[in-house]
Formats: sequence, C-alpha cells, structure tokens
Amino acid sequence: MSAFAEPRDPIQAATEGRYKWGFETAIEMEIAPKGLNEDIIRLISAKKDEPEWLLAWRLKAFAAWRETSEPDWAKVKHPPIDYQALHYYAAPKRKPGPKSLAEVDPELLATYEKLGIPLRERAILAGVEGAGAAEVRPDIAPGVAIDAVFDSVSVATTFRETLAKAGVIFCPISEAVREHPDLVRRYLGSVVPPGDNFFAALNSAVFTDGSFVFVPKGVRCPMELSTYFRINARNTGQFERTLIIAEAGASVSYLEGCTAPQRDENQLHAAVVELVALDDATIKYSTVQNWYPGDAEGRGGIYNFVTKRGACRGARSKISWTQVETGSAITWKYPSCILQGEGSVGEFYSVAVTNHHQQADTGTKMIHLGANTKSTIIAKGISAGRSNNTYRGLVRMMPRAQGARNFTQCDSLLIGDRCGAHTVPYIESRNPSARVEHEATTSKIADDQLFYCRSRGLSQEDAVNLIVNGFCKDVLKELPMEFAVEAQKLLAVSLEGSVG
Amino acid sequence: MLEIRGLAASIDGKPILKGIDLVVPTGEVHAIMGPNGSGKSTLSYILAGREGYDVTGGEVRLDGVDLLTLAPEERAVAGLFLAFQYPVELPGVGNANFLRTALNATRRARGESELDAVQFLKLARAALRDLAMADDMLKRNVNVGFSGGEKKRNEVLQMAILKPKFAILDETDSGLDIDALKIVAGGVNTLRGPGFSALVITHYQRLLDHIVPDRVHVLAGGRILRSGGPELARALEESGYAALGLEAVGEDVAAIGAS
Ligand SMILES: Nc1ncnc2c1ncn2[C@@H]1O[C@H](COP(=O)(O)OP(=O)(O)OP(=O)(O)O)[C@@H](O)[C@H]1O
Ligand SMILES: [Mg+2]
Repeated sequence: MSAFAEPRDPIQAATEGRYKWGFETAIEMEIAPKGLNEDIIRLISAKKDEPEWLLAWRLKAFAAWRETSEPDWAKVKHPPIDYQALHYYAAPKRKPGPKSLAEVDPELLATYEKLGIPLRERAILAGVEGAGAAEVRPDIAPGVAIDAVFDSVSVATTFRETLAKAGVIFCPISEAVREHPDLVRRYLGSVVPPGDNFFAALNSAVFTDGSFVFVPKGVRCPMELSTYFRINARNTGQFERTLIIAEAGASVSYLEGCTAPQRDENQLHAAVVELVALDDATIKYSTVQNWYPGDAEGRGGIYNFVTKRGACRGARSKISWTQVETGSAITWKYPSCILQGEGSVGEFYSVAVTNHHQQADTGTKMIHLGANTKSTIIAKGISAGRSNNTYRGLVRMMPRAQGARNFTQCDSLLIGDRCGAHTVPYIESRNPSARVEHEATTSKIADDQLFYCRSRGLSQEDAVNLIVNGFCKDVLKELPMEFAVEAQKLLAVSLEGSVG
Repeated sequence: MLEIRGLAASIDGKPILKGIDLVVPTGEVHAIMGPNGSGKSTLSYILAGREGYDVTGGEVRLDGVDLLTLAPEERAVAGLFLAFQYPVELPGVGNANFLRTALNATRRARGESELDAVQFLKLARAALRDLAMADDMLKRNVNVGFSGGEKKRNEVLQMAILKPKFAILDETDSGLDIDALKIVAGGVNTLRGPGFSALVITHYQRLLDHIVPDRVHVLAGGRILRSGGPELARALEESGYAALGLEAVGEDVAAIGAS
C-alpha cells in the first residue's frame, strides 16, 4: 500500500489534556498462549515470516536471557514479575483491505478518534485502499511522518513515498527484515548486543515490532520521523525494537511519543533502541514518554525497562537524546552514547517527572573512546507526591580519549516533602587529559515563588507549571517546537494537584 | 475604596498587627511610614493574601468585597496589586511570558479577550518606554540577576501593565537612583485618577516629593499612631519618630525600637 498522508503533529494525540487515554480496544486479536519458551519464539518468528538467521539470533538471545537475572541495582521496587504469565505475541487480525472507512472495524476507528487522529489519516492508518490521494488539509502541520505501532504490529506507515524519493527508509522493522535484510543483519544488535542486559536479551528474543530508519550517505531527512506506541492487549508485554542508521553526512530527527490505556495490572515494557551514526552524521532522538503511571495510590501502571544506546561510530558524528519522562509506574532507562569516532559528540537532555507513587531511575552513559570527543548531560528531575526520582549517570573516559570533555548538570526539584530525589554520578577517567565537570543542585518550589505568581493573578496550578517549566527550560528548548509545546502541557497534567 | 477595620494578626502566636483602622477612598493615594519592624510589610502581605499569618480580628474590604476570604489570585484579578519589598526570583521563567500570563489571567477574569504574543509585546514595549527601561528586560528571567533597582522597576512595570485599581507599593523607592525614583513616581502618577488608589509604604520624604500623598499614616508597634496630611511626612523626615513620640508602644517596645 502506498500510504500518503498530510503530516500532522502526532504527539498532540499523545500528550494533550489530562490522562485521557484510559481506554482499551476490543478488536479481534490473535494472541499467543501465555509464557515464554523456544516454541513461542519460533511462533513469533514464523508469524513474521522471518529468515532463519533471525530465528537463530532470537534463540541465542533467549538462551542469554535465561542465563541472566533482573538487574537489582536501580532504586526501584516492584513485586516480582512472572515472565511466564505474559503473552508475547498479539496481532490485530488481518483482513483484506477495507474499501472505505465504513468497512473498518468501528472499535479501531473509535480508538483513533480518542487519539485525536484526523479523519483522513484514520483511513490511511486503517489501511483503506486508495486512502491518501484526496484533499490536502491545511490545518495539519507539514513535515512529520508517522509510523503508528498499534499493539505489536505496525498497522500502517505513512509518508513513505516522500521519504523514498530522498532515499530514506522508514518502515516497521519486520518489514525491513523482509525488504532490507542486509542492512538489518549488519546493524541489528551491533549497538545493543542480544545478551547486553536482562531486558535487552528479553527484547531480542521476542521483539515483535518497532521502527527501522535508514538515511543514506549525505542525505538530510526531509521531515521529522515519528512513532507513537500504544499498549493495547491485556497482559501483552511490549517489546519494540528500533534501529536507526545515519550514513556518512546524513542527518535525521526522530520523535517518539506514547500513551497507554488505563488498567489495574502492571504491564511490562522492554524496548530496545539502537542508533548508529557514521562520519559527520547527526541523529536527534526525542521522546515524550507518557505511559500510564498507575493511579494516585500507585495501583497499575507500566513497568518501563528500556535500553537505548547510540553509537557515534564516525568522526565528528553526533547523537542527541532528549527525553521528557512523565509516565510509567517504573522507569528504568539510560539512553547512552558510545563516542567512538574522533571528535564525536553525545548529548543527553532529560526531564523526568514523578508524582504519586511513581519510581524513576534514569540517566545516561557517555562512553568516551575517541580523541576530542565531547558530551553534555543536562538532567532535570522533578519529584512530587510520594515518588522517587533518581538520576544515575556514568561518564567514562577511556585511555584513548585524549582531550575529551564532559559537562554534566543535574538539577532536582522537590514538590512537597514526601518525595525523594537522588543523584548518583559515576565518573571514571583513564585519560589524564580528559576533563569532566559535574554540577548538581536540589531545590524546592518556594512558597514565596508561588505567592509571588499568585499575587499576579496566576492560579496555584498555573504558578507551579510556570515554575516547573522554567526549571526544565534548558531541556525543553532542545525538543522540536511542536513537541515542546505538548511536553509543557504534559508536565502540567502530570503535576496536577501536587501542591496545596 | 479600601477599608481596613480593626485588623489584628499574629505570626506563630506573636501579635504583629494590633488593630489597624485605615480607609483609603477611591482616587486617593495614602502613604504609610513607620520604624523598621513596625508591621508595614506584614500589613501589605496580609492584604495580598500571603499564607502564614493568623488574622485574629478585623476585616478588609475592597469596594465592598471581603478581601480576606479570597485567594491571592482572586484578589489580584479583583484589582489588587502588591509591589514587593523583596521581589522574588523565578529561574527559567521569562519576564515576558510571566507578564503575559499574569495579564491574561486578569483579562480573563474581567471578561476581556486574551492577548497573543504580538499584541502583548506591543503593549509591553510601550510600558517599558514610559518607564525608560530597556527592551531586554522582557527577555530576562523574572528578577534573576536583576540589580536591586532593576527589581523595583520591574515591579512597577508589572503594575503599569496590569493596571490595578488598588496598588500597594512596599518600599519601592529603596534602592532606586534619583532618576529611577522620578520614573517610578511617574509610573504611579500616570495611574492616578478617579478609578485608582494606592498605599505607598516608604521611609523617605523624597518619594513623597514626587508622589504627593493625600494622607500620611504612621504605623508603629502594629498600630496606626498618627495620621495627617503631607506635612506629617516632612515633620518625620526632620525630627524622626522618637522626637514626635511615635515610637512603638506596648509590650514589645524593646523588640522593635526606634533606631
Ligand atoms: N515570618 C515571620 N516570622 C517571624 N516574625 C516575623 C515574620 N515576618 C515578620 N515578622 C516580624 O514581624 C514584625 C514586622 O515585620 P515587617 O516586615 O512587617 O516590618 P516592616 O514594618 O515592613 O519593616 P521594614 O521597615 O524593615 O521593612 C517584625 O518584628 C518581624 O521580625
Ligand atoms: Mg517591610
């Protein structure tokens, strides 16, 4: 299907208003039996028509997973996860393409409706044949392409043709396995090896979908690429796998945002994202993460164990992670950069908000291998309610990192006095010429600041938002414009009722 | 019209205001003078609705509305403005954004349309020009890294933009150079008119040379000890509180003093 759509702001759907995505769609599902074993992995691989090498790769990862155990060093607590009680595969049933929206499963359309997806785009997402050739919508912002992941299978991918003209590949990873097997085989697992850690191994064994991006030599991707994820089926773990490659001199900006339906059972989410930047390439990866955080008492909510890593393989290459984390009951996430190419640059800009009983243990790793590599870390943690917010960051200067530099700024903001903020920096330098700078602050929203704002007519909540947004400004300004606006709204929603 | 009747308040059980009676009719500007620690800022904070005070008696009405039952933001949109003695810093919050948010909150409450960034900038630039302030004041973060005088001017800028019907200026003249003093006084005088009244707290006659008050009140030891015309301020400037017998009286004289 040639999917053509007017670009729109995909994140609007994901971040607007209060947490309103607490719905679940009762679409006919094809669900694998509960539990994880080699047969299930064979089933997943067969369902996706995968080549033999990938099945072997999965099975190796599964073997590695069985050898490791859950990491216990993070400052998060949760009841033990029964990995055998989860389903590892669920797919919306495929029917032949509907002829019009009238033939599309009304439940699916209702889901799009709740997500705020424009009518015309719903047709494309639902796979209506011929959708996309019709009218142009001036109300939708140009320049964004979406790859929507609906449960485990990408329902549709938009904007492929414009991208194809530029030589950019942007498609579900399962499709990339079929269409571009050499590229996938060359790069998959080259940044996050299948046995890297417990959750990465799990992901490697059972990943069902995710995005694949390839920007060839010298190409600036003509639009921002975007995916939003949704968890839909009850008890279905989500194991997305994203692989982004920017060849020499290429550049790309990728946006990831997600929402999840409200429910009472904890849900496991273990994604892997791998980025590869060759000489002079730039990858900017922005995330607004809004998984269901659990209710005010801490019931329900997503467990989010993510491995994100970028390899700056080429000289002067640059990888920049920007994240706004407001969701999930538990966040375990350390987007990292391996600065291998001489003069390569790694950046990490993060806002992590926790409220109620949320727990976040997040940060970054900057591994300086090459000479004159540079990294910048700006991490802002905001804790409210009874939540716990930990920044954990590693800066490692290897022997050949002559003249390497790191600057780290970690700021924590506390709202109320029952929450916790923790900063755990690890600094290792094996090169005397390398320089590492670390600054950290912890502050509280002062009553005087709130009163000052309120005396100018701002409500208590607007005052908190203004102060919080001010605190996060250095990170928010790294987000693409429209994303930043939505992120601000999301911060407001996440902290609703946290003061007073 | 602002009416304060028998207002008494304490902090942590310690009485600070001990029965204040003060009426500022609409259209008038009154000055409050008084020794350090006499309760001037406490009075202005209580009028603006800051938490942490126990109001133990009395009432305050602005044009008949009972102020003490309103939240600070409700008082603000009802037309009350306090220029802080010590303006508060808001890191990362742009002055323009802050001012526009505040103005739009007020406009919403008045049933007026909100201003977009362009409309606001036009209005703010004009206000800056009137106060001889540089445009870059709008780009900076609220009060962060401002000099003492700049903070005071920023308060007056906010007042000029919000156009309150009742303003309290708590030592807005302290820290201002001579030119700035005139400009700030000009800012207040521009607002003066039949729909505006103000309470100007100051230690110095020089401000009152530029903002000539209709009445002057002396607050000491939590009470208004004397009220008079502009000549009372001049007499105080010449002789001091002690010579006029306007030291604090009562149980905590020693604590307050008349330095
Ligand atoms: N939060 C507080 N806790 C304890 N005492 C306080 C507090 N705020 C004010 N006070 C006391 O209340 C009294 C009045 O203080 P206030 O700030 O109102 O004086 P002021 O007249 O404004 O003085 P100045 O001319 O120095 O500004 C002082 O004795 C002061 O120490
Ligand atoms: Mg004072």
